[in-house]
Parts: sequence; structure tokens; C-alpha cells
Amino acid sequence: MSAIRALLYREFALAYRQRSELLQPLIFFVMVISLFPLAVGPAPQTLQMIGPGVIWVAAILSSLMGLERMFRDDYHDGSLEQLLISSRSLSLLSLTKVLAHWLSSIVPLIVLSPLLALFLHLSVEMYWALLATLLLGTPVISLVGAIAVGLTVGLSRGGVLLALLLVPVFIPLLIFATSAVNAAAMQLPYTGHLAIIAAMLLLALALAPFAIAYALRVSLS
Amino acid sequence: MWKWLHPYAKTERCYALCQRLLPWFSVLGLVSLVIGCVWGLAFAPSDYQQGDSYRIIFIHVPSAILSKAMYSGMAAAAFIGLVWQVKTAFMAMIAMAPIGAMVTFVSLITGAAWGKPMWGTWWEWDARLTSQLILLFLFLGVIALYKSFNDVQQAGKAAGVMALVGIINLPIIHYSVEWWNTLHQGATILKMGKPSMPPDMLQPLLFCIVSWMLVCAAIFLLALQNEILRRDIRRPWVIHLVKGKNIGTAQLGSTSRGQI
Repeated sequence: MSAIRALLYREFALAYRQRSELLQPLIFFVMVISLFPLAVGPAPQTLQMIGPGVIWVAAILSSLMGLERMFRDDYHDGSLEQLLISSRSLSLLSLTKVLAHWLSSIVPLIVLSPLLALFLHLSVEMYWALLATLLLGTPVISLVGAIAVGLTVGLSRGGVLLALLLVPVFIPLLIFATSAVNAAAMQLPYTGHLAIIAAMLLLALALAPFAIAYALRVSLS
Repeated sequence: MWKWLHPYAKTERCYALCQRLLPWFSVLGLVSLVIGCVWGLAFAPSDYQQGDSYRIIFIHVPSAILSKAMYSGMAAAAFIGLVWQVKTAFMAMIAMAPIGAMVTFVSLITGAAWGKPMWGTWWEWDARLTSQLILLFLFLGVIALYKSFNDVQQAGKAAGVMALVGIINLPIIHYSVEWWNTLHQGATILKMGKPSMPPDMLQPLLFCIVSWMLVCAAIFLLALQNEILRRDIRRPWVIHLVKGKNIGTAQLGSTSRGQI
């Protein structure tokens, strides 16, 4: 337990000291969303219709930009190898890293979401549904994304490849999340959608740590 | 139980097996492909509603079935490679990926060509079309990941992990787009009880499906042989093989030419 606590502490200290790098995907997120009213016109009805989709697409894209940070620096300065040779289970350690990453770079994005909901004229019901889908869905992005980051960490230019690998995998998440918000817009129950996203989260939580650990071992072999 | 499989982890044994199977698959596949296409395109009765344009089914359906089968095969090979550390399984995996991408692409193109007269549009964001498109993306992702490594062992393992992530996701993708939007006609061959297709259309279709399977298996065997030769290019048995055939490079595929 102490190793995990130490790792968490280290991750947060690093994140705090690299604030500007954490902010970049966040600013990108806001910028992408502010492009849409300019591109499709500022009519509140249109914005409300495309709003949930736009927020989710922007969240996926900006988290893709931030994902690389999870293992890249550790790979270059050798601390990833230290994790690998430590006596603790690598899957548990990588799960800790994913948790730290989610808390430090995705939670700010969720905190920012009321502002964006305001930008895109989402109703209050829609916003609550959006918040629920973001809270349940973004950990899936971090968990599954970490597998691909682990695989591409040794490559010199992994950025575009990462997007290429991950975007198709996130499509079901996008579909269920946006349809939950759309159901909320029509005052329909959306607990079913949330249950499916939660199921995806549980599946990812159960399987991803092992895949991440294996991916890191392959990359460092 | 799996002991008979072990010798084929050696590349030369695997190569020899491919060599032995290849004539069967290629000859049977090509003959049955010609028969199936002529039967389906010229002799099968035309549909009362869709007229003659339904005939693209004889290409569209086999390619769509093969695309899923190829992905499953690729993921199975990846699993075998990752779990039992069989080197040739990764070679089989990466030999299947481009073939799978190709049949997926064919099914998308023929689907678009069929959609134009039937639905009045080249592309519709229908569930099956979308999931087929995502399948193509998954194939391309696996190939791209494999190609970006310099070390083939690492590349095989990495692409294998990604293929397995994809196969877990495939049913989720399938059902998510299914609930999202559906326009495509439902299953017609594998329905419980009687297939909703007259036998004189169904027979050539099944024939076409089998012939596509045989042809794809033949292409796969060739691709696997090429992959084995590409990796073992400096090993004695390959040099011996090439020299023994009096530099029969034409049979070894263009990739091995000039590197020996």
C-alpha cells in the first residue's frame, strides 16, 4: 500500500509542477467547443442538438492529447523501468498511474463542463446526464487509452498512431454517452445507457490493468 | 492435446505445411469462385423486387462474412502467440491483417454500390455499414501499429494486444451501432427455421461464400509464406530453398528478390 501511496504522491507532485502541460489539452478542449458555434451558427436550438456530441468528441480528442503524458516522460527518464523491476505487481502500479492521470488531467475537464454546457445551451436535465456520462465514461478512456499508450511509448512519433488506434475503440462509448444525453433532453429515463457505460467501465477496470502491464513489458523489452 | 501443433512453431515446418496446402486451396478456390460467380451472376433467378441489382449479394455477402472471420482469425492467432509464445502465430496474424482489411473494403464498396439503387444513396449511417467501417479502422490500426516498430518480435506482440482489444470491443461496437440506427435488411441466411431466401438463390450464395473462404485461405497461405521468408531471409534453410530451386525467385514473391 505504501508503494501505491508513494506513486500517487509522486504523480500528483509531477502533475502540479507541470501545470502548463496539463492545461494545454484543457484549453484545446474549450477551443474546439468554441469553434462549433462559429462553424454551424449560433442558433441555440442547433447548438443544443449537437451539444452533447460536440462535448464528447472534444473530450475524447483532448484526452487523446493528454494521454501520451501518462508514460512518456517516465519512459524517457527511466523511472518506468524502475516500476517494472519493482517487487509490486505491475498491473496494480499501472492502475495507480491511470488513476492519477484521470484525477489530474481529466477531472479538470469535467469541472469545466458546466461552462461548456452553458456555451452550447444545454438544459439542466441534459447537463446532469452529461455529467453522469462523463464521470462514468472518462475512466474508460483513461484505462483503455493507457493500453495503447503503453504499446506506443517506445515509438518516436506515437501521437497520431495513438489516435488511430483508439478512436475506433471509443465509438461505443461515444454512442451510449450522447444517446443518454439526448434521452435526457426528451425527458426520457437514461439509466439504461448509464448502466451500459458502467458495465464498460467495470470490464475495462477488470481487464485493462493486465493489458497495460503487458504492453509496458513489451515496450521495454 | 495440442502437441500436434508444436512443430509448426518452427518456421520451416510451417512453410512446408503452407506449401503442401496451397495447391488445394488455390485450385479449389479459383475453380469454385468462377463457378459460383457465373452461377450467381448469370443463372440465378432475379429478385421480384430488387431485379438484377440484388446480384451483388454474391460478392457483398461473402466479403462481409470473410471480414469478420478474418478479424476473428487474426485475434485468435494473436491470442495463441501471446499465450503460448508461438512465433509463427504472430506471422499468421500479420499475414491475415491486410487480407481482412481488403475484404472489409470490398464489402463496403459493394455495399455502397448496392445501396445506390436500393436505398437511393451511396452511403447511409446505418448500423452494419458503420460497424463495417469501424472494423476497417481496427484492421488499419493493427497494421499501422505493426509497421511502426522496427523490431518484428515487439511489433507482433504489440499488434497482438491491439487485435485482442479490438475483438473484445467488436461485439460492443456491433450492438451499440445496432441500437443506434438500423436500415440494413436483417439476417436472411441464418434465420431460425427456414431461411427467407429461395433455394435457387441460396445455393449459389453459399457456394460463393465457400469459394471466398478457400480463396482467402490461399492468399493467406501465400502471405504467410512471404512473411516467413522475409523474416528468415538469412537462415540456411531459406538460402538452401532458393538455391535448390535454381534461383526460382519468381515463386518466392517480389519481396525476397534482390535481398539474397
